[in-house]
Amino acid sequence: MGGFALLSWILFLPCAGGLLLLFVRDGDEAGRRRVRLVAFAFSLATFALSLALYAGFRAGTAQMQFVEAASWMPQLGIAYKVGVDGLSLPLLLLTTFLTPIAILFSWEDVARRVRLYHVALLFLETGMIGVFVALDFFLFYVFWEAMLIPMYLIIGVWGGPRRIYAAVKFFLYTMAGSVLMLIAILWLYFAQGGQTFDILAHLDRPPDPALQGWLFAAFALSFAIKVPMFPFHTWLPDAHVEAPTAGSVILAGVLLKMGTYGFMRLAMPLFPSAARDFAPLILVLAVIGIIYGALMAMVQDDVKKLVAYSSVSHLGFVMLGLFSFNLLGASGGVLQMVNHGVSTGALFLIVGMLYSRRHTRLIADYGGIARVAPALSAFFVLTTLSSIGLPGLNGFVGEFTILAGAFQRSPGFAAVGAAGVVLSAIYMLWMLQRVLFGSRISQASQGLPDLSAREWAVLVPMAALMFWIGLYPKPLLQKIEPSAQAWLAQVGRRVLRVEAPVLGLPSGLPLGRGPASRRAPAAWAERLREGGRP
Amino acid sequence: MLTSILLLPLAGVLVNLLFGWRRGEKFAGWVATGAMGLAFLAAAWGFLSLLGLPPGQRALRSFLFEWIPVGGLQVKASFLLDPLSSVMALVVTGVGFLIHLYSVGYMHGDRGAVRYFIYLNLFSFSMLTLVLGDNFLVLFVGWEAVGLCSYLLIGFWHERDSAAEAGKKAFVVNRVGDFCFLIALFLVFSHFGSLDFGVVLPQAAATLGAGSAAATLICLLLFAGATGKSAQIPLYVWLPDAMEGPTPVSALIHAATMVTAGVYMVARMSALFALSPLAMGVVATIGALTLLLAGSIAVAQNDIKRVLAYSTVSQLGYMFLAAGVGAYTAAIFHLVTHAFFKALLFLGSGSVIHALHGEQDIRRMGGLRAGLPVTSWTFTVGGLAIAGIFPFAGFFSKDAILFAAMTSPHGGLLFWLAGAAGAFMTAFYMFRLIFKTFHGRCSLPIEQQARLHESPRVMLLPLQALAALSIAGGWMGLPLIRGADFFGDFLGPVFGKGAGAHHEVVLEVAMMAVSLAVALLGIFMAYNFYIRGQGAGAAYGRRWPRLYRLLLNKYYVDELYDGLIVQPIKRASIWAWRAFEDGLVDAAVNGAGAAVEAAGGAVRRLQTGYVKSYAVAMLAGAFAILVYLTVRGG
Repeated sequence: MGGFALLSWILFLPCAGGLLLLFVRDGDEAGRRRVRLVAFAFSLATFALSLALYAGFRAGTAQMQFVEAASWMPQLGIAYKVGVDGLSLPLLLLTTFLTPIAILFSWEDVARRVRLYHVALLFLETGMIGVFVALDFFLFYVFWEAMLIPMYLIIGVWGGPRRIYAAVKFFLYTMAGSVLMLIAILWLYFAQGGQTFDILAHLDRPPDPALQGWLFAAFALSFAIKVPMFPFHTWLPDAHVEAPTAGSVILAGVLLKMGTYGFMRLAMPLFPSAARDFAPLILVLAVIGIIYGALMAMVQDDVKKLVAYSSVSHLGFVMLGLFSFNLLGASGGVLQMVNHGVSTGALFLIVGMLYSRRHTRLIADYGGIARVAPALSAFFVLTTLSSIGLPGLNGFVGEFTILAGAFQRSPGFAAVGAAGVVLSAIYMLWMLQRVLFGSRISQASQGLPDLSAREWAVLVPMAALMFWIGLYPKPLLQKIEPSAQAWLAQVGRRVLRVEAPVLGLPSGLPLGRGPASRRAPAAWAERLREGGRP
Repeated sequence: MLTSILLLPLAGVLVNLLFGWRRGEKFAGWVATGAMGLAFLAAAWGFLSLLGLPPGQRALRSFLFEWIPVGGLQVKASFLLDPLSSVMALVVTGVGFLIHLYSVGYMHGDRGAVRYFIYLNLFSFSMLTLVLGDNFLVLFVGWEAVGLCSYLLIGFWHERDSAAEAGKKAFVVNRVGDFCFLIALFLVFSHFGSLDFGVVLPQAAATLGAGSAAATLICLLLFAGATGKSAQIPLYVWLPDAMEGPTPVSALIHAATMVTAGVYMVARMSALFALSPLAMGVVATIGALTLLLAGSIAVAQNDIKRVLAYSTVSQLGYMFLAAGVGAYTAAIFHLVTHAFFKALLFLGSGSVIHALHGEQDIRRMGGLRAGLPVTSWTFTVGGLAIAGIFPFAGFFSKDAILFAAMTSPHGGLLFWLAGAAGAFMTAFYMFRLIFKTFHGRCSLPIEQQARLHESPRVMLLPLQALAALSIAGGWMGLPLIRGADFFGDFLGPVFGKGAGAHHEVVLEVAMMAVSLAVALLGIFMAYNFYIRGQGAGAAYGRRWPRLYRLLLNKYYVDELYDGLIVQPIKRASIWAWRAFEDGLVDAAVNGAGAAVEAAGGAVRRLQTGYVKSYAVAMLAGAFAILVYLTVRGG
């Protein structure tokens, strides 16, 4: 790429677009159109750049690529440092892919305060990309927090009737989590030595195992809320139900991945022995989430809530994969993050299309839609199949690799998780049956228009992605695998030196390092090794 | 050649997806049928190529691309043509071609005909993927994809509530089986480190060890998967409801091909099952019980397609009985002949339904022989074949199964008795059906009788072809004569067996005579009940009303499942939602929020401006700090 700072371009292009939009007036229809076009153009350009990034990304290495580092506040150990590896690249692409789709969908869906809306979406995109590429804690935290505000606005301003409640709940939940994370980051900064916010440096020297527990818990809580893991999930259904469609797409598609990505990039490799100690608990919560989310989804009468609960279930799979501590689980986990973004994103798009036609989310108000809107129904069926993991479509590849990995770690957890596959078929197909099929079709659904050209343009790329990942995931998996390998080495580190800190304690700080604990997580690691076939 | 067997139906799907909608039903129908015809030729070519190889080396492999390569899991899209998959491919493409042809006539005038042909081709592609796949996961892809096509085609007339419901039921019940299948795959992978047939099956004995718990567990889980797809106890309940689909679909998917996938799979895994006598015993026992249960239900049904559906469940039971006693060749033999005569019977019933404009209740039929001569004689041929009358196809395959059930080291008298009792029931319900439909007095309204017309040629041709196969199809596996069991000799090497398992001539002849007598008795009783003594059958129903109701209501199994499984899960979910989700978790969160709120004293402002102002303040603060630090730092 030479001197061209590709990653920074990708990172800040949306933000620049948002700033530019501030100077575009949206008073009349022509203005609103201009706003949409500008926003769409910027998001599309970002996507194009990210494709270049994908093309230039070297498979076969776990190194951070496209790294850009610039001194920012050296005396504080803060730097502008970004880069991608096999864990973040897929999520970055997912983000840049979904944003133009969200904007295109909103074309007729959002008519109020159009400029602000698109500014929020573009800022949000920069925030999300930032979280995925940041290699500096300070930078990471800034993006992490900055992302919250546009999302809060999108729910709170363009949402449904109970939008304020939902937005507040969303905000408080996530804030509560991130405060704890901030404290943990600061502890790392001061106590761990070095007074640096460089993530990679911290990854190289995990703290004393005796202290890892608290730090891990602080990070994990923050991420668990984001995922969301059972029992921290109750903000999600509310947020989804009230959010406008594009908000739901981004929320489900990308924002939830912040949690799983956070576990993967930070919580687990920073505190490997604590991650292993906590693994049984997290695995239990993950499979509870899979089953519980599915059971909740089954009894919902609101389509959006149903899809929201299905997310709880699906992300349980990702957590199951990550905490299996093996290559299959980790690679499958990353892939499943992308898959969930595609499938659930598409589900929300389709539900949004139905909503824009009928202005109801209640399943009971629908029925017989397949007769009046066959193309929309076909996409709905396809997306559902992708979501329930039909082989040949994207969901299966992720689920299968995760479960195969989980099975090596613990057959019991894998079996319970696999039961979620049965449940997902029940609630999704039952929903399809009630929405699309059957003899009953309400008066209001008669003459319902089928997909418009714009809606085709939104759905076709999603469908193409489902087939591509389902049939030929090899290019993606090859890019993920080396990073997943390296990650495994990080989270698998056993005994950690404690008595000879590399950089010494910063003087004058009250934060002490506890007595060196030799409590090696040996038994655990031993078991891990034995189970770690093949 | 190998992949062209697969790709031709897929090409049909794509052509119809692109052009079918605009060019219309006729175009779509002939494209689909043509694709199947060519696929059959490709399969035949493949078969001949295999024959050209020496018996021990009959296997052609083909590799398309790497599908899921992650660490130790290296799954390739690769395919295998060996005698077993070759036989399956011939059945799928051959019988499939005839059913496609028939559909051109049957679906004429249906609004969704183009969609129908796309699904039908997609099904064929999926089924061929299933039988030709060279590893567990490709097989599983086909396995799930045929389930999907089944779902789509059962619910083809989706504006009917019952069709939509039946489609979903089929998918969900199958998913229960698939869950077990999936766990079996994980077990295989963790023991063998591979999912390739070429790796796992030859090493099975060495890796797992005969009689090991792991082998038993894997086999039982695989078989549990088979009970879903192949409609065995306890997961058979979806198949009778699947009759909601168009009748050619019932013939192709729910009789001739898809439902036999479980039998194929068990036969394919014979090297694994050989390690577990316990699992073999379970397979044979479930097969025997299913054939009795479904056969007895079929006796009391009045819907022409439902009788055939239960008959299919019962015949699949025979195949599993055979597989369970280790007679895989006999199982596949019956699979093939069953594909001929059951497809024939279903297509014949479709011809009847077509002529009667949708009527399916045999109590309102009768005497149709005169109006539907071709349908009538072909249907009767199918009936004779399934009843196992010499020299029709079913006689030979059923004989092979009964003989093995008795004489195999895994077999026994009870298995044979079950099979013989099933043969009696089969003959009885089949001829009850034939007599009530085609013979006796016609119960149709006069004006409908007058308008009764035979189906068009395009539908009759497949009936005639299948009738010919139902007559002669069994001759490729003749018992007793040395060297005449071509079928057994061809398939034998796949199951690690030499040719000529039949030795005891006297015993075999005696058993043939018994099973033939039993079948004739069944036909005779049906004749007595429904032709000679009009209404005698109903009289028996009145004499044992409880038994009759039990059979009529299919042993109340659907109700049992609903009460024991479906409703409790629903109720528990609703309880969890109301009491736990909203009542506890969310209340705790809201409560915590309220507590914070109260503590902060910002009671009034929280719901409106609090967060927003907080957010703005936070953003502004963060921004200010950033600016300050940057300026100072820079």
